[in-house]
Amino acid sequence: MNKTIHRRQFLGTTLATGAVATAAGIGLIRPQLAFADNVPGWPAKAFDAKVLKEAMSNAIGKTQVAVSPKVKLTAPTIAENGGAVPVTIEIDSPMTTDDYIAAVYLFVDHNPTPLASQFTFTPACGQAYIQERIKMAKTDNVRVVAKTNKGELMASAPREVKVTIGGCGG
Amino acid sequence: MSDNIGNPMIRMASSAKKGEIIEVRSLIMNPMTTGLMKDKAGKLIPAHFIQTVNVTFNNKPLLDIDWSTAVSANPYLAFKLRAESSGTLKMVWKDNTGGIWSADSKLTVA
Repeated sequence: MNKTIHRRQFLGTTLATGAVATAAGIGLIRPQLAFADNVPGWPAKAFDAKVLKEAMSNAIGKTQVAVSPKVKLTAPTIAENGGAVPVTIEIDSPMTTDDYIAAVYLFVDHNPTPLASQFTFTPACGQAYIQERIKMAKTDNVRVVAKTNKGELMASAPREVKVTIGGCGG
Repeated sequence: MSDNIGNPMIRMASSAKKGEIIEVRSLIMNPMTTGLMKDKAGKLIPAHFIQTVNVTFNNKPLLDIDWSTAVSANPYLAFKLRAESSGTLKMVWKDNTGGIWSADSKLTVA
């Protein structure tokens, strides 16, 4: 009786190990196919755009957005390391269910792919605020476009960051 | 780099007053390679980067983030949360090679 169970357990384990090995095999092949298995919902079209106008058009459907003092973008004037430029985004909004910032887009004008990040907020955030670090290929403008829940678009003033060492090396 | 990956961390206050807006800071290890760089042998280093971060509070969507390769290696991210009720903040990071990491942090609202 015991022997039978052992044999079954052994079989089960072997099958499971086989499955894991196959999965690992697939995992090893995967990284070679860049962009082949994007996370579902990731906006590849906007992120793959190579020039600012195309990236803006794919992300927000427009290439020109009026600047609003409500959209604040903070970045250093000079960044010694283009591989990690700290940026802070703050948008003046009540963040109530009737009036909130729904989405925010961060662009770097001349990066190989200008759309750096996209954020989808909910009123529960309390404040449309983000801080992160981005890569910049060279001295360039960083800009933010915010979209309200009613679809209104507003942009930050472009903010120039002087980059001493480009971020493409890191 | 591949052995130094994941290890997500969340730093935030464990308690807050009702209605208070608190800051949440997070960090995860990931190479965030662009797929445009070559290694010393002249071979292209494949793109390997986190594409999405999903933040929920008590399983309700709070903030969704889509990242490109322009986000720095070992991405740091800070955002805000309005403390309305006690609960759990959860973050899930997903990269383009099938990697998934999650972390959570509890908040008590007095």
